[in-house]
Amino acid sequence: MKSTILAAIAVCALSIAGATSASAAESIKAPAQKWSTDGVAGHFDRAQLKRGWQIYKSVCAACHSVHQLSYRNLVDLGFSEAEAKAIAAGDNVPAGPNDAGETHVDGQPIMRPALLSDKIAAPYANAKAARAANNGAFPPDLSLMTKARKGGADYVHALLTGYKEPPAGFQLQLGMNYNAYFPGYQIAMPAPLVEGAVTYEDGTNATIDQMSKDVSAFLIWSAEPELENRKRMGIKILAFLLVFTALLFALKRRIWSDVH
Amino acid sequence: MATEYKNPVLRWIDYRLPIISMLEHSAVSYPTPKNLNYWWNFGSLAGIVLVIMIATGVFLAMQYTPHTMMAFDSVERIMRDVNYGWLIRYLHVNGASMFFIIVYIHMFRGMYYGSYKEPRELLWIIGVLIFLTMMATAFVGYTLPWGQMSFWGATVITNLFSVVPFVGDWIVQWLWGGFSVDNPTLNRFFALHYLLPFIIFALVFLHLWALHTHKSNNPSGVEIKGDKDTIPFHPYYTIKDSFGLGVFLLIYLGFTFFAPNFFGEPDNYIPADPLVTPAHIVPEWYFLPFYAMLRAVPDNFIDVFGILPIIISAKAAGVVVMFGSIILLIFLPWLDTSKVRSANFRPVFKWFFWLFLLNCLMLGYVGGQPAEGAMLTIGRLCTFWYFFHLLVVVPFLGKYERTLPLPESISAAVMAKESK
Repeated sequence: MKSTILAAIAVCALSIAGATSASAAESIKAPAQKWSTDGVAGHFDRAQLKRGWQIYKSVCAACHSVHQLSYRNLVDLGFSEAEAKAIAAGDNVPAGPNDAGETHVDGQPIMRPALLSDKIAAPYANAKAARAANNGAFPPDLSLMTKARKGGADYVHALLTGYKEPPAGFQLQLGMNYNAYFPGYQIAMPAPLVEGAVTYEDGTNATIDQMSKDVSAFLIWSAEPELENRKRMGIKILAFLLVFTALLFALKRRIWSDVH
Repeated sequence: MATEYKNPVLRWIDYRLPIISMLEHSAVSYPTPKNLNYWWNFGSLAGIVLVIMIATGVFLAMQYTPHTMMAFDSVERIMRDVNYGWLIRYLHVNGASMFFIIVYIHMFRGMYYGSYKEPRELLWIIGVLIFLTMMATAFVGYTLPWGQMSFWGATVITNLFSVVPFVGDWIVQWLWGGFSVDNPTLNRFFALHYLLPFIIFALVFLHLWALHTHKSNNPSGVEIKGDKDTIPFHPYYTIKDSFGLGVFLLIYLGFTFFAPNFFGEPDNYIPADPLVTPAHIVPEWYFLPFYAMLRAVPDNFIDVFGILPIIISAKAAGVVVMFGSIILLIFLPWLDTSKVRSANFRPVFKWFFWLFLLNCLMLGYVGGQPAEGAMLTIGRLCTFWYFFHLLVVVPFLGKYERTLPLPESISAAVMAKESK
């Protein structure tokens, strides 16, 4: 009962935060960062993507899913197939019905180790379970986050590093945190990154700024895995088109030279 | 009428179905004014984009699932797992924006050069019908990815029909196929999104038929008087249109490859949630001028007229203003009474034309902003000017404007320009 009341309060707090967002949303603009994917020749920094995956897996994945990604996609980050298989095998996913047609035994879902073809395991079985575990707040799916927010990866980075003490006189709701970049300034998610939360295999210093940038870069990839191919193909096609159009222009001038 | 072809196969076909000579008459030897400028490229460009939209759309439809539980993920599957699915979808998405840019330029070109005037009234009216059908197609198409803006846009716009007296609510339920925007709505919108482009195609056929009956207007606005005024469509305009297509593709593919979500709303990458309303519901950019007009009618405006609130609410008035703004275009050939077509010879109308264009752009800007404060006032002034221009300025200028002397013929106009 007590938890229900608490959850109800948190939901109210969230909806108030949502309601105030309309006027507050425009005022804060995330400062622009440099991303390897920027510009016409943008590409993925595979080492950074791997670090970003490490942050996602060891920090974000506790509450957030990446519903659009499968374990097989991890090969694109620079993992070998065997490594991706090993990562998959470390997670459990709901198994299909057993021979008796049951998906649950004793009220618990039947689980099995994940395969490459599986979607990356989600932390919660459904939205209700997610809310129940998070004071009524729903941790959104992250797969498309950089495309689904104004400011994209700049916004994600600003948000992850934007936790501050609330200014004097600011009324913070129960269980909420102050964040300068979140619409309405109140966010249910506590500051997720702490200095040295992970140890990077490649020796990169795990500062909050570095971890935030790495995971934001990872989210750019998860939102637009085609980005690199797209830009590479674009350069070739536009280069061809530029020459071809110039030739068409020359031909047009020639054909029209006798019109008076 | 059929031409005698030397090639026996062509001759055999053409004798039975004169399709080859028809194509030759309408796309090869077709006499075209020799002075058409690059603003005349946009008609054929619009036709090409329609074909691109239908072609990419057919392939998308092969992979898309019109179900509320699966639509969003099926689009993401196209983006990630279908071979070149991201390319086909981004071509389709950006193609829609390009289609509207092209058609808007095409329409304003018609307005500047008076292309809607006698004997091309039906040509213009069919064009307005094409534009209306395009709007319907784009609207139902935007619903299909089932993102937040898809859902809420569909909810807002379908609700507009509730203002129809007596049967409004019934119409809205009929459109929805239920009591809210839901799976039946998505299903029928998908069916309509596949149907409407072919209706556009049929209308384009009529548009071309009407065009080829009286031939193209031209920058001088003077009718074709003889062979000296025209050149054959091929090779002159085939090459000019090809060059224009090249320039267009550079822009279109530039967006597709390097800024594919430039015209989109981030909110539409959030799956539709009937329980969470976005902070700002905005339609796609090409609807923004009309969205501004919809929101322009103030509540207390109605009170001024005393008796009106019994008949019509502010919401209903907004809907009437919005649809009226397009329907009014149908009557443009009769609102504009000037005998002179081209604004090049109408020194006063010319300025009002540019003002009208600016006014429409301003409406588009206002439509994208929250309807409050100064924006609301500007939106109202711009809405007023839109109607004032079409209903008062245009008929008035037609009567009282002193126009410049017209050139004797198209070829005389070309000669005069070259001797300058």
